[in-house]
Amino acid sequence: MADIYFTKEHEWARVNGAIARIGISGHAAHELGDVTFVELPTVGKQVQQFEVLAAIESVKAASDIYAPLSGTVKAVNSALENEPEKVNESAEEAAWMVELEISNPAEVAQLMTREQYTDYLKTL
Amino acid sequence: MSSHYCPHTPEEMREMLAVIGVQSVEELFAPIPAELRAKTFNLPPGMSEFETFAAMQGIAADNQRDLSLFIGGGFYDHLIPAVVDHLAGRAEFYTAYTPYQPECSQGTLQALFEYQSAICRLTGLDVSNASLYDGATALAEGAMMALRVTNRHRLLVDGCINPFARKVLRTYLANLDVEIVELAPLDGLLNREELAAELDDRTAAVLVQYPNMFGCVEDFSAVAQEIHAAGGLLVTAAYPVALGILKSPAEMGADIAVGDGQSLGNPLSFGGPSFGFIAARKAFIRNMPGRIVGETVDKNGKRGFVLTLQAREQHIKRHKATSNICSNQSLCALRGLIFLTAIGKTGLADLARLNRDKAEYAKSVLATVPGVTVLQTAPTFNEFTVSLPKPAAPVVAALLEKGIAAGVPLGQYYEGAESLLVVTVTEKRSKVEIDLLARMLEEALCN
Amino acid sequence: MQLIYEQSVPGRRGVMLPTSDVPLAPHLPVHLLRSEVAALPEVSELDMVRHFTNLSRRNFSVDTNFYPLGSCTMKYNAKVLENAANLFASLHPMTALLPGGSAVCQGALGMLYDLGQWLADVTGMDEVTTQPLAGAHGEMTGIMLIAAYHKAKGNRKKYVVVPDSSHGTNPASAAMVGYEIITIPTAPYGDMDLELYKQAMNNEVAAVMMTCPNTLGLFNPHIKEIADIAHSFDALMYYDGANLNAIMGKVRPGDVGFDVIHLNLHKTFGTPHGGGGPGAGPVGVKKGLAPFLPMPRIVLDEQSGDLLLELDNPATIGRTASFFGNFGVMVKAYAYMLMLGRAGLVQVSEQAVLNANYIKERLKPWYELPFDLTCMHECVFSASKQLAHGVHAIDIAKFLIDKGYHPPTVYFPLIVKEAIMIEPTETESKATLDAFIEVMIEAASLAESDPAAFADMPRTMPVTRLDETKAAREQQVCCSG
Repeated sequence: MADIYFTKEHEWARVNGAIARIGISGHAAHELGDVTFVELPTVGKQVQQFEVLAAIESVKAASDIYAPLSGTVKAVNSALENEPEKVNESAEEAAWMVELEISNPAEVAQLMTREQYTDYLKTL
Repeated sequence: MSSHYCPHTPEEMREMLAVIGVQSVEELFAPIPAELRAKTFNLPPGMSEFETFAAMQGIAADNQRDLSLFIGGGFYDHLIPAVVDHLAGRAEFYTAYTPYQPECSQGTLQALFEYQSAICRLTGLDVSNASLYDGATALAEGAMMALRVTNRHRLLVDGCINPFARKVLRTYLANLDVEIVELAPLDGLLNREELAAELDDRTAAVLVQYPNMFGCVEDFSAVAQEIHAAGGLLVTAAYPVALGILKSPAEMGADIAVGDGQSLGNPLSFGGPSFGFIAARKAFIRNMPGRIVGETVDKNGKRGFVLTLQAREQHIKRHKATSNICSNQSLCALRGLIFLTAIGKTGLADLARLNRDKAEYAKSVLATVPGVTVLQTAPTFNEFTVSLPKPAAPVVAALLEKGIAAGVPLGQYYEGAESLLVVTVTEKRSKVEIDLLARMLEEALCN
Repeated sequence: MQLIYEQSVPGRRGVMLPTSDVPLAPHLPVHLLRSEVAALPEVSELDMVRHFTNLSRRNFSVDTNFYPLGSCTMKYNAKVLENAANLFASLHPMTALLPGGSAVCQGALGMLYDLGQWLADVTGMDEVTTQPLAGAHGEMTGIMLIAAYHKAKGNRKKYVVVPDSSHGTNPASAAMVGYEIITIPTAPYGDMDLELYKQAMNNEVAAVMMTCPNTLGLFNPHIKEIADIAHSFDALMYYDGANLNAIMGKVRPGDVGFDVIHLNLHKTFGTPHGGGGPGAGPVGVKKGLAPFLPMPRIVLDEQSGDLLLELDNPATIGRTASFFGNFGVMVKAYAYMLMLGRAGLVQVSEQAVLNANYIKERLKPWYELPFDLTCMHECVFSASKQLAHGVHAIDIAKFLIDKGYHPPTVYFPLIVKEAIMIEPTETESKATLDAFIEVMIEAASLAESDPAAFADMPRTMPVTRLDETKAAREQQVCCSG
């Protein structure tokens, strides 16, 4: 079972060895409303932690999605391009967006656990 | 006192001030520090609407309004059916604003959807927005769209594109990291050898226009294949009336088509308002600038229309928007739609043919003027270039004094083109006017 | 309603064209011809008259409904302005650019020149270009002028500062000129946070873009200090003229330190909004920026009194549109200013401010007023009290539609949750304002007594609430066929 971590910008990273799957939290998906578009990066793209990784749009909002961890894009969930509604249906499971090969596992220390994230949401 | 569209009586004002809890209107301006108050402000005193209109008539009379127009340069003197003024003149259209509240704006929204459909049908492309400012800014927006789509920074621009549009393009891009390579015209045509030499895998787009500034109509299908092979896009500017008969941008392989819609039911009005159109392949829709109307359904499943993909736009995406455009030229686009509806499917083709017939006749007549030769490098639509035996500028000035705007001298826009004149002949020019142009030109050349 | 294309009958004609008086030309080469005629509508003139007339009846408009759309200044558009614009319909813009052409367009050029002088006078600027075609186009032009100024001085500038209450066009326009954006939050007192502004300013700031009064309808009393600080870094002050309707004759942006300004003629100067445009966005500048103005520039030859066109100079930014701007809109704005005169324009601002404050005071007991201060021409409420019952600003907007009112601007400015931004303008009578206020109070009461009632509003329109998600996902933006 992989460990899940969250950012203050409401991304999650599910880390499994050297691979992390990235998505946005259920809270973020709810706040955005009906998602209409997910812009995914190209495979092979390298990102630093907290740099822009992808973008997401709903009817009335547009947001950047930041990389929770540094790494190289190994795969993207291209199903989201045709079915953006999956983000609303299953933000933290089926609607993963990017698979990163992470370059610095120590960065996980800067992310929140689920408990910490739940507490963080209460402060907003 | 109640005056000019400020309806309150003194009594009403007193009541309102009492509700607010102030003695005078002046107190409401207290947040503006006294030392910042206006120092001077010297407009003339006001007047009634009757005096105002008379004054405007005086200003209008101080222009020569009955010139015989053989000039184009992006704006064209076309017929406007009476229904255009009457229908677009309905205040429910022209005193509304941007249809952000769709339920009480279905009139504007459906009309714009129909407009977008007309632009798609004219250009052969998949998607259109709800209008841009004018043809020149549409070219700049089309170029910027191509830069976004390709994520490249280099443009190849045909020098045969209208010089004002090229200038606007350069002005728009002057502060951005974009390389613009302008290809000097070759006998009034795109220099294809130079294009081949400059085309590379850093090129975002090739920008062309048809008919071009010289009036020439070229087929850019081969250019489309070359730029596509290099991974870039073809952006074409087109004259919409000509599209009544000419190959559509999509048929030539264009990815983005732009143009000025003035010729579709909008008066010359000294250069504006007109509208710019932009259409593109569906894959690029998220990179389109400006407002887009989309079809949807209401809660009961009934068809309706809304502004859609607004997340591209400045009011949501702010500095990351596809463009800064907010107000567009909606009413002018509506005039365009009403014009195209009134003229109709076969009518637009007939109108285009009529323009070409008139221009070909003018060509034949002007060719008989001693010393005048017609540029023959390519077929033309309703504009063509002639070479005069002397500089064109003083000849045009002389004819202007006789009430004829004989054409646009190219010397101001192209090096070594002092003797060249572009003559425009729309359906509104009669055979008599054309014959007179030839006679006057002959006279002017003799002097 | 059917689409016009759905009413097409093959072979049906609308308007007839004139008979040709010249011979038929030989056909163009086949490779230049389109393979099939564009599928435009084929309808009779009466069919289309009914179609577009019925479409027009599906719109709210200033002429049919009170339209207090904040930030948009939806005032009455005098009919005589339309008549005036028609007087100039046949003037070809290229005429003025022909050799000897300006002599036959002296009326038009003079009108543009005088309009520029008047607008400069009202705003305290030195010179105006009428070329920009809308407010945002003016912003872009203005920021280009600022970029040209810095370039000429050898300044290395990178940023444009905007308050978080700004119109979205401000950062978008600055970005189109290649600047990065620094956003300053709004302080609890309703204006840009002065301390944070001071901290953010640095030598790489090119310009500070302000709307004054701001989008909360508040006049920033520190505006002079803000301008002085900007100037100390050789950053220029940009005035977004969207809210000029509040201050004519009371304060001039040029006098408080603004260097560049755009105006929205379709807001302040009484020209119609056209269902989204055309507007016009003339730009005014202080003397030091005049050399960079776009071409062609209209200049007065003092000796002859003739108006001439300057076509190029080494400092100009170039051209931001083909000709002289949205001339027809300029004619209307000129006629409006001529008709109202000085006293009339001052009265416009006074009554616009009076009307906004009247609405603010009367609705204050019912709606939360996040910044309870004297406002200028508009006031911004929040539907937060109503939200406690599950009723959003958008629900109140739909309620108003059923009552025959165009809703105020909602959800803007972004810094106010559930914002309701009301701009009544000066042209509305007290009776209209009172009736609107009563309806707003009715909405507030209904939010408490029966919040569920809002769900299916509006009920009186041709359509009920529309599925915007479907539209955005399916992107059906033209009809097939």
